[in-house]
Amino acid sequence: MSQYVLRRLLIAVPSLLGISLVLYIVLALAPGDPFSELATNPNVPPEVAAALRAKFGLDDPIYLRYLHWLAAMVQGDWGFSFVSRMNVDTLILQRLPTTLYVIGSAQILALLIAIPVGVYAATRPYSIFDQIANTFAFIGFSLPTFFTGLLFILVFSITLDWLPFVYSSDIKATGIRWLFEQIRQAIMPVMVLGLFQAASMTRFVRSAMLDVIRLDYVTTARAKGLGQPRVIVKHAMRNAMIPVVTLVALQMPAVFGGAIVTEQIFRIPGIGSLLISSILSNDTPVVMAVTFVFACLVVLFNLIADILYGWLDPRISFR
Amino acid sequence: MAPLLEIKGLKTHFSTDDGMLQAVDGVDIAINKGETLCVVGESGCGKTVTAMSILKLIAMPPGRIVQGQILFEGRDLVPLTSHELDDIRAKDIGFIFQEPMTSLNPVLTVGEQVAESLRRHEGLSKKDALARTVEMFKLVQIPNAAGRVHDYPHQFSGGMRQRVMIAMALACKPKLVIADEPTTALDVTIQAQILDLLQDMKDRFGMAVMLITHAMGVVAETAQRVVVMYAGKVVEEADVDSLFENPRHPYTQGLIRSIPRIDLDSANKTRLEAIGGSVPILINPAPGCRFAPRCRYAFDRCAAEEPLLREVAPGHRMACHLGEKQEAVA
Repeated sequence: MSQYVLRRLLIAVPSLLGISLVLYIVLALAPGDPFSELATNPNVPPEVAAALRAKFGLDDPIYLRYLHWLAAMVQGDWGFSFVSRMNVDTLILQRLPTTLYVIGSAQILALLIAIPVGVYAATRPYSIFDQIANTFAFIGFSLPTFFTGLLFILVFSITLDWLPFVYSSDIKATGIRWLFEQIRQAIMPVMVLGLFQAASMTRFVRSAMLDVIRLDYVTTARAKGLGQPRVIVKHAMRNAMIPVVTLVALQMPAVFGGAIVTEQIFRIPGIGSLLISSILSNDTPVVMAVTFVFACLVVLFNLIADILYGWLDPRISFR
Repeated sequence: MAPLLEIKGLKTHFSTDDGMLQAVDGVDIAINKGETLCVVGESGCGKTVTAMSILKLIAMPPGRIVQGQILFEGRDLVPLTSHELDDIRAKDIGFIFQEPMTSLNPVLTVGEQVAESLRRHEGLSKKDALARTVEMFKLVQIPNAAGRVHDYPHQFSGGMRQRVMIAMALACKPKLVIADEPTTALDVTIQAQILDLLQDMKDRFGMAVMLITHAMGVVAETAQRVVVMYAGKVVEEADVDSLFENPRHPYTQGLIRSIPRIDLDSANKTRLEAIGGSVPILINPAPGCRFAPRCRYAFDRCAAEEPLLREVAPGHRMACHLGEKQEAVA
């Protein structure tokens, strides 16, 4: 098992290298660089700008620049943000926890809704509960997060004035009060992201359960007189969860992508809004590092999915 | 003595897009204590649905028991809820399914799957239930029983899985075991082993067996009494000897003639007979005898009037107008 994880991590190294190379080339081809501002700034003489470009190696051929970046990256030097005037790794470490907190809570909320609702709907297909759940799921994933986000702000912040609509990174409170505020301001973004995820997951869980529930071994379990809850949870659900794990893991990139939008709407100081602002301000080292962190997270979630497979399905062995 | 299980006028119908499918339409079957009863008939005649109806294992909806009684030790099972039936399932009536490859849960160890019914019905601890499971595995001759209880179904062959299914069905020492084509999915040598094992288990535990099959060879080897079903109805019922010696219903006769024989010498060998046509679709079936369209002896009355099951000899019942006609002539 630990050998398997180790090997998977080693396999991840070349794919991450490949991803970083592609990212680097694309960013190098993109118009603008951190010094493009200097060129248009009348206070900076052109020869100073050129000297700075040469000093930072911006005129080197692209492969050399990539190797420089890679060598520094491996040694833990993620570069310097010219816009924020601080090291990129500090910047990312500042922002990442907020994103993981919001996305993580949203995913947990989505699973907490999708699994019970999907499973219950599958045990009573075409019942009133099933139809209502289906309708809500359909509405849920038809509405994009930027729409529901604004709708939530309009209803809960502006009309009802229950929740703050700007996420604050430094809450001026301590102890239990701080925790309360932290939860309160996360409610809307978590609901928006979570409900959107829950909608598509519910439909997926339902169909996965429907596939399993009519299989022979579920009838066998019934014939043992185990009772409906036990048959459903122990015999049907565990099998139905295998495809669900795939979906959840493979959806993670899309979730991070969706989080970028949600972070913009609620002004969450997370990694997504950092990406947007650094793209807009041509802060290439930050863009490079953030996209690379996203890539690492995607690889990580795929690994987690594979480990969960092995745990759920004994037919899959870690070799 | 009252029979252990008595099915009276059972009608199980399925609603489909094209109308009500009358899969089982008025079936009477009785099984005595310790008896082996074979239910035969071709695919789609309602054998499996009849068996599944006993413990309400059919999908409801679309299936529904429309009419009839299923008396087990005098208690009618039809009005019971699925929850109430849970106390009878596996405890009093064990079930062996047709497909050993798909009837075991792939993500749980076989030992756990057998042990859980022991824990449910006999309140055993996890450890005791597993010990009993090992004993059962030894009884059904699974080699290295103590080690194999921890294996998963995909690590077993088809024949071994069916042994696991038998161990599972017998674990709580039920009074009746329903085996739904337990050997159909297995190859011939394994079939014989599994049938022998069932016979062994029956001798040891003394339970009644309801064996559902379409193979007349299996019937001849194992049954004491036989029920022949056709298109959702019982057409003939007799003890095994009189059924093979003196089959009364044209369908039973056809079934017996379709058994290949190796005891005839080459001069007497004839082409194996088959029953022409196929099972009718049971949505809005035509009135009259359901076998009439395929019956070589059919006459006017067969299409107009449904033949009822009647006793033609002691313990021998059948549903055909033909016998009546012959008797009337005689």
